[in-house]
Amino acid sequence: MIGFFAGVRSEFTKIFTTRLWWSLALVLVLYLMALTGGLGLLFAGLQTGAIHARHGLVPSFGDLAPPLYSFATSIGYVFPVLFGALITAGEWGYQTITPTFLANPHRYTVLWAKIVTAVVFGAAYGALALAASVSSGAAALTHYGLNAELGDHATWHLFGRAVIAMALWGFVGVGLGVLVPNQAAVIVIILAFTQFVEPLLRLGAAFSVETAGAAKFLPGASSDALVGASFLDLQNTAEGAMVVDQLSWQHGGVMLVIYGAAVTVIGCLTTWRRDVS
Amino acid sequence: MPTTTGLPGATIEIAGLTKRFGRVKAVDDLTFSVQPGRVTGFLGPNGAGKTTTLRMLLGLERPSSGKATLNGVRYRRLRRPLMTVGAALEASSFHPGRSARDHLRVYAQAGRVPARRIDDALAAVGLIEAADRRVGGYSLGMRQRLGLAFALLGDPEVLVLDEPINGLDPEGIRWIRHFLRGLAAQGRTVLISSHLLSEVQQSVDDVIIIAKGRLRYAGTLAGLGAQSPGGTAPSTIVDAPRRDDLAQALSAAQLGFERSHSGFVVRGASSDEVGRAAFAAGVELSQLRTDTGSLEDTFLRLVGEDGL
Repeated sequence: MIGFFAGVRSEFTKIFTTRLWWSLALVLVLYLMALTGGLGLLFAGLQTGAIHARHGLVPSFGDLAPPLYSFATSIGYVFPVLFGALITAGEWGYQTITPTFLANPHRYTVLWAKIVTAVVFGAAYGALALAASVSSGAAALTHYGLNAELGDHATWHLFGRAVIAMALWGFVGVGLGVLVPNQAAVIVIILAFTQFVEPLLRLGAAFSVETAGAAKFLPGASSDALVGASFLDLQNTAEGAMVVDQLSWQHGGVMLVIYGAAVTVIGCLTTWRRDVS
Repeated sequence: MPTTTGLPGATIEIAGLTKRFGRVKAVDDLTFSVQPGRVTGFLGPNGAGKTTTLRMLLGLERPSSGKATLNGVRYRRLRRPLMTVGAALEASSFHPGRSARDHLRVYAQAGRVPARRIDDALAAVGLIEAADRRVGGYSLGMRQRLGLAFALLGDPEVLVLDEPINGLDPEGIRWIRHFLRGLAAQGRTVLISSHLLSEVQQSVDDVIIIAKGRLRYAGTLAGLGAQSPGGTAPSTIVDAPRRDDLAQALSAAQLGFERSHSGFVVRGASSDEVGRAAFAAGVELSQLRTDTGSLEDTFLRLVGEDGL
C-alpha cells in the first residue's frame, strides 16, 4: 500500500514536470470553446429562425442545451484517452520504464498508480472540458434568447456524469497504453478509432434497428449513454429517419469500465510483464 | 556507511543463471559472486550476455532458470531496492523535457528515498550547476553522470553500472575511475561491465569474464595474468639503471627473461616475484610492471576472439 501511494505521488510528479498535461488541457479548452460556441450559435440561430435553413423551414432540435454541453465528453473524450495512453506508452518510448521498474519492481502496483492518476486527471479534464463547453454553449444560447438551463438539476446531473465519463476514459487510455506500448502507434489507433471508425460505425448502424442495437455497445456510444446526451442527438433529430438506441446511463458506465478492464488485462498478459531490455 | 539489508556491504550472488531467447542461450548456467569493498569488472565481448545478466539481477528480465540475489535476496523482494542497489544501465533513460533534479525527484518518490538525497547525488557527480536544465540539452558525458546520480540516489551498498566508461572523454574516464575506487573504499560493492579489459584495467580489483553467455574466468585481476590455458604465462616488464646486476639477479632467482629496448621482459613471473628477486639481490629498479599487453592477450584468448 505504501508503495502504491509513493507510486501515485511519483506519477503526479512525472506529469507535472513535463508539458503533456497542460498542452492537452490547452488544446481541449480551445477546441471545445470554438466548436461548442460556433455550433451553438448555428443551431440556436436555426432553431429561433434567426438563421434561415433551406426552403425556409425552421428545424427543431428540441432541447439544445444538453447536447451542446455534452460536447465536453462526446468531442472531448479523446483527450483523457490520449493522456492515459501516453503516460503509459511514453515510459517505453523514453525508456524511463527501466528506472520506473527499478524504483518499484512490483509492476502491478506501478500500473494501479497509473490508473488512479489517469482517472484523477481524466476527471480534471472533464471539469475543464465542461467549463469550456458550458461557457461558450450557454453564451450562444442566451445570445438567441434560448434557455441555458443552468438552473436545472438535470443539467448539473449531466455535468456530474460527464466528469465520471472522462475519468473512465482516462482508465481506458492507460489500458490502451499498456496494450500498445508504442507512442506513435497508440496515438494513431486512438485518433483513427475515435475520430473516424466509431463515428462512421454509429452513423451507419443508425439506419436499422438491428445494427443500432449492437452499436449502442460501442465505447463512444456507451459514454454518450452514461452522460445522457450527445452531439449525435442533434443529427438524429435533424435527420428524423435515424434509429436511436441507447443504454441506460448506468449500463453505459459499466460498459466503459469493461472496455478499460479488457484492454488493461490483455495488456498485462502481453506487454506489461515482458522483459525490459 | 548505511546498510538496509543489515550487513556491511552486500554480496552479489549469481547461481546457475540462464536466459533463453528461443533456442539461443544468451546466458548459460552462469555462477559467480561479487564481493563488497572491491571494484569488479564484468567483461566480455558485445553480445556475451553481460547486459542480460545485469537486467536479470535487477528484476527487469526474468531468468529462464537460476537465481540472482543480493545478500541472498532477489531484487523484487528488496523492501526499498534503490536504497540497496543503485544501477545505471543506459545513457538514454530520461524524458528529454525533464530536468535532472526532477528526474531524480520522480524516482526518489517512487522508491521512497529521502528527498535530501537528490542534491547529494547531484553533487556527487558534479551536476548541481546543470540540475535545473532540461536533460534533452545534455551532452553524453552529462547523461552518463545523471545515470550515475540515479544509481547513487538511495545511497546504496551495491552499484551496478553497465558500460559506465563508454563514450566518456579522457577527463571523464579519469574522473569515473577515481570515483569508483572511492565508492569501493567506502565498503560498497561495485560491479561495472565493459567489453574492453583495457578500459577498466586500471579501476578493477576483480574480473568476471564471460563469452557466449558462459563464464570464462572469475577472480582477481592479478590472477588473470596467471591464467595460462594456452601456455602464455603473465609477463613482467622490469628495468634497472644497472641492467647487468638485474640480469644476474633474475638468473639467480631462476627467472627466464628477454632483453628489450625498454628493459627486460620476464615471462611466467608476476611483478611480485620479480620485485622479490631484485630486492634479494639488492638491485635498484627503475621500472616494474605487469605486461598489460599480455593481460589483454589472455582476455582475448579467454573470450575466444584472439584472431584465430
